[in-house]
This record gives sequence, C-alpha cells and structure tokens, in this order.
Amino acid sequence: MNPALLFFSGSTLVHLAPVDLVVIIFYFALVLAIGLYLKGQANTGDDFFMAGREMTAWVAGLAFLSANLGSLELMGWAGNSYKYGILAAHWYWIGAIPAMLFLALVMMPFYHICKTHSVPGYLKLRFGPGAQAISSISFALMTVLMSGINMYAMAVVMKVVLGWDLNFSILISSVTVAIYVALGGLRSAIFNEVLQFFLIWAGALLIPILGLIEAGGWSGMKAKIIQNLSEQHVANPGSYTHLWSTLGNFSDNPMGINWVGIVFGLGAVIAMGYWTTDFLVVQRVLSAKDLRSAKLAPIIGAGFKMMVPFIVILPGLLGLALLRDPAGHLMRLVPADLAWSPAGQAQGLHGYDEVLPLMLARYCGPGLLGLGITALVAGFMSGMAGNVSAFTTVLIYDIYGAFINKDASDEKKVTLGRWWTILGVVISIGTAYLVMHAQSIMDYVQSLFSFFIAPLFGTVILGMLWKRATPAGGWSGLLAGTLSSVGMYGWVKADPTAVRYVALSLQAQDQAQNMFRALWSCLICVIVTVVVSMITKPKPDSELKDLVYGLTPIPRDENVSMFHSPVFWGAVVAVVFVILQIIFW
Amino acid sequence: MNSGGNLSIWFFIGVSLLVNGVLIFGSGIYEAIYPPVNKVVLYDLHATIWWGGFLLVLGLVYCIRFSPARERARAGK
Repeated sequence: MNPALLFFSGSTLVHLAPVDLVVIIFYFALVLAIGLYLKGQANTGDDFFMAGREMTAWVAGLAFLSANLGSLELMGWAGNSYKYGILAAHWYWIGAIPAMLFLALVMMPFYHICKTHSVPGYLKLRFGPGAQAISSISFALMTVLMSGINMYAMAVVMKVVLGWDLNFSILISSVTVAIYVALGGLRSAIFNEVLQFFLIWAGALLIPILGLIEAGGWSGMKAKIIQNLSEQHVANPGSYTHLWSTLGNFSDNPMGINWVGIVFGLGAVIAMGYWTTDFLVVQRVLSAKDLRSAKLAPIIGAGFKMMVPFIVILPGLLGLALLRDPAGHLMRLVPADLAWSPAGQAQGLHGYDEVLPLMLARYCGPGLLGLGITALVAGFMSGMAGNVSAFTTVLIYDIYGAFINKDASDEKKVTLGRWWTILGVVISIGTAYLVMHAQSIMDYVQSLFSFFIAPLFGTVILGMLWKRATPAGGWSGLLAGTLSSVGMYGWVKADPTAVRYVALSLQAQDQAQNMFRALWSCLICVIVTVVVSMITKPKPDSELKDLVYGLTPIPRDENVSMFHSPVFWGAVVAVVFVILQIIFW
Repeated sequence: MNSGGNLSIWFFIGVSLLVNGVLIFGSGIYEAIYPPVNKVVLYDLHATIWWGGFLLVLGLVYCIRFSPARERARAGK
C-alpha cells in the first residue's frame, strides 16, 4: 500500500483512493497559491482588512453566503433534517431570506455610508465607546473560540470519516489558514470562500440527484420515510415532510416548536440578528465596491441560500428514506454522544451528523469521494479563516485602534494584522485542544455565541431607525439583553422544568429553547433601551448624520435599469421564497 | 470583473473545476474499463464520468473566459 494511504488508514466511514488524495492535495496547493498571489495586494489597512473595498456584488455576495456555509453547518443541518425532518429547512428560508433582504435594502446604506470597518465600529459612532467595548470584546472572544471549535470539529470528523489523526488535521488546517490569511488578509479569505462555494456545490450536488433517482422522486421518498418511521413506531411520521402545517401545536412536530417560535424567535430575532449584525458575515458585504453592489450582494447571497436545502436538507431526508446497513436492515442514526461512546462504537452506530458523509460514501466512487471530502475540508477551513479575519479586524480597529493606540499608522495596523492573524490561529489551536479535553465547553460556547446576537440586533436596529436612542440607552439595553439571555440559559440548566416558562412548552427541544430565549432577550434589550433613552439626553442631530434613518441622505438608484436594481431582485427573491413555502407547506 | 490584480477570482475557480474535472472524469473512465469489486449504489449510471465531464467543460469555459490574457485586454480598453 502507498505510505500516504497507510498513514490515513484505520477503521473509517469511507476509504480514499489515490485519486481522492490527489484531489485533496490539489485543493491545499491552490489555496496556498492564492494566498501567495494576493500577498502583494494587501499593503494598506483597507486592502488587508476590507479587501480594498473593491469587491463586485457577485464576489461579495457569494463570500457573504459562504462565510456561513461551513462544514459544521452542512453536516449539522443535514443531521438536523434527519432528526427533525423538513422543519430544518426553516433555518435556510424564513431563518435567512427575510433577514438578508432586510440587510440589503434597509440596513446596508447606513453601514456603507458611514464607512465603518466593523459592526462594533458602527456602535461606537452611534452609541459611543461603551457599546463598542462590550460588542468588540465579546465578539473577538467568541470568534476565536468558535474558530478553535471549528478546528476541533473538523479534526473529529476527519477522524471518524477518514481515520485521520486529530493532531495531523489540526496542524495542517491551521498552518494553511494562517499562511493564506496572514498573506492576503480579507481578500484571500474571500477568494477562498468563493472557491469553497463552488467546491461545495460540485462535491455535494450529486447526492440529492442520485438519491432522488434511487428513491423514485419526491413522492417516492416521502412514502419511504413514512413507511420507515411507521416501522419504528415514530409518532406522526407525516410531519417530517411538511414545513408549516404541523406548527399549530408544539406536540404535532418532531422539534416541539410552534409557529410563534419559528416566525418571531427564528425569523424576526435570531436570523435578523445573525445576518445583519454578526460581523463575520457583514464584513464580506462591507468589502463591496459601491452602495449598489453592497445592496445587491446580500440579495445574490439570498438567492443561492434558498437553494442550499437541496444539498443539505434533502440528503438528510433521503438518509431517512434510504439508509440501510450492509445486512439490508433499516439504519437508524442516533445522537452523537451515543454514537461516539465506546458502546456505540462497538455496535457500529452512527450519529445524526454523519448522514452527509454516509450518503457521500453511498453514491460517490473514487475522485467524486475526494471532491466531496475536499468540499467538507474547504468548508471547515474557510469557516476558520472567516473567524480569524473578522477577529483580527475587530481587534485592530475596535480594541487596539480605539483604546490602546489611537494614532497607530496604517502600516503598523497591517503589520499587526498579519501577526494577530497568526496569533489568532495559535489561540484557536489552544481552544481546539481545550475543547478536546473538556467537550462540554463546546455546548456552552455555542450557546454563549447566540447570547450576544439577539440583543445586538435590538441595539443596532434601534440605533439605525430611532434617532432618540441615546448612548446610555444603547449600552444598557445591550447589557440587559445579554445578561437576561445568560440568565434564562442558566435557569433552564439549573431547573429543566423552567423550559415551560422560557420556551412556553415542556416539550421544547434545544432549537426551540434557543428561539424563545433569543426572542425574550431581544425584547428586553429593546424595552430597556427605549426606557433608558427616554430619561437620558439624546445626541444632537449633527452627531447622528449618516448614522440614523431620517438624517442620512440615501442615494437613489435612478440611473440603473430595472435588471440592475436591488429592489427588483429583492422582490424576485421574496416571491420565490413565498412560492417555496407554499409548495412545501 | 477583476477583484484582485491581473488574475480574476473566476480564473482560479476555472482552474479548480478543470483539474478536478480531469481527475474525476479520468477516474470514471478507468472504473468503467476496470469495474471495482465493491460498487457504489447506482454505479451503472456512471455518475463519475458525466459529472467529471461536466466539471471539466465548466472549468474550461471559466479558464478561457477569464484567462489572464483576456483580462489584460479588457483592462487595456
């Protein structure tokens, strides 16, 4: 056997052929080549941290989408669709599309016109250094932790799927990310995100196509799912293929949620918070070359986001319909902690999140398998690169430049940016090993990350649309919303029956709890901001110019044709979105 | 569109699709001539051949459309 193949051998989900390894190695060579090529174009702060603010709408839009389309996302939501059925598609449709359109048509003008480098930077301009400090420190901390978790998760997946050594996966991915982001900055991260977007489609699109052929089309797949779930005595098996019709009651669907949680918790708060204020994704749109491109970028991202369920949700559903063990018995996937326990491993169990690799191995021969694995690796690496580039930007502009050295030169910021990129990767490696020895941290940090998003949306949206909001109101509202979210999380951890108050039902699963916690924390943030603003002194209008609705002259797209108009394409995306909801009702 | 010097990002995409297409298409042809013992589900559809061929053609189109020579010519206009 080839020595390289011996290194990767072991008890694994799939086995790579030499051509698969060539496909993977070519990917690593290409991303390093891109980093080296772009090194000469990252000389100024705007070049390194904002990709020169010269990205076209297509590049910024695909990077905006890809920054969110990591492998944790792909494998996790494929697993969720196996677990919860088509309800998981809500996270791609109502949990993304309205928010992306809102960012494009309502919020983007404010971000673009005030020329901020980051979301915490906008908060500084609007509410002062207090809100900037809370936002930037929490964001930097969470981002670098998430990068480490991404790294660890990739190493675990590569071990389970391919039998690769954990240390080898962490080392090779972190060194590659450190090199290409430190060399080319945000531009390099964006280039690789667009490359990853193509690789993901090229590597994953065959699974639903071949799966639907095998299942006998959509109706054949639905019939098989109902038959399989009925055999396993699962209650209400028909609910696995309906998007809205089972959301009238908590007990009618596998997620234990109702339409209020989906529409208001997910669509109006979590999605709005994530897609409009999480700097990891917003940074990609801020790199657009002009306002029209910045408005079109999220709309292009939304158009493709609507199609992602085809390569993520559908494989999960197909797994529910088709997966059988080598003896021909129905295969039932289980929670990851059970699958990866010694007992689970002895029984040959697989976790929900393994449904995508299992489907990949089912249909893809040599070459195609390598491309599918490359798509997963690319997703993990661009997730890491996205976190590290956003971390560096916030650290340099919103912590170092705002509080430590306000007079730092552009050249010094770029030099520091390169070093902090490497340091960010090193801290991520430390986090990865920390998580490896205390895996419960992973659950806590992922929850912590969501604590900041929902209240932040309340603060930013009030700041943009209500000129009476004061610095004290913004700062205290953000703090109150965040603390209340942490408090609700701790309350349910200490007393699980408290879920009946937090999520309105004892049947609420983790996702349902997240939705309602986000909803309450955003409402608390808004109420506190409004009350405190009413009793404190507002900023004069002259200080709010270009930051608030009514005081910001927004250029109209008067000289562009209908087919170049963001409003037109936003309407097209909205219509397709509504049609999809009706089709899968 | 040129978002980064003389080489467009779409050229890199084209190179990636082209090389992967060649490798996958070649692997599919090899498998068709020497069928494996453990076949994937729906092996008879030969997805490796037509999907590899599709990626190859798409990559070629991108490489030609966004080649450095064309980009330079466009920038010179």
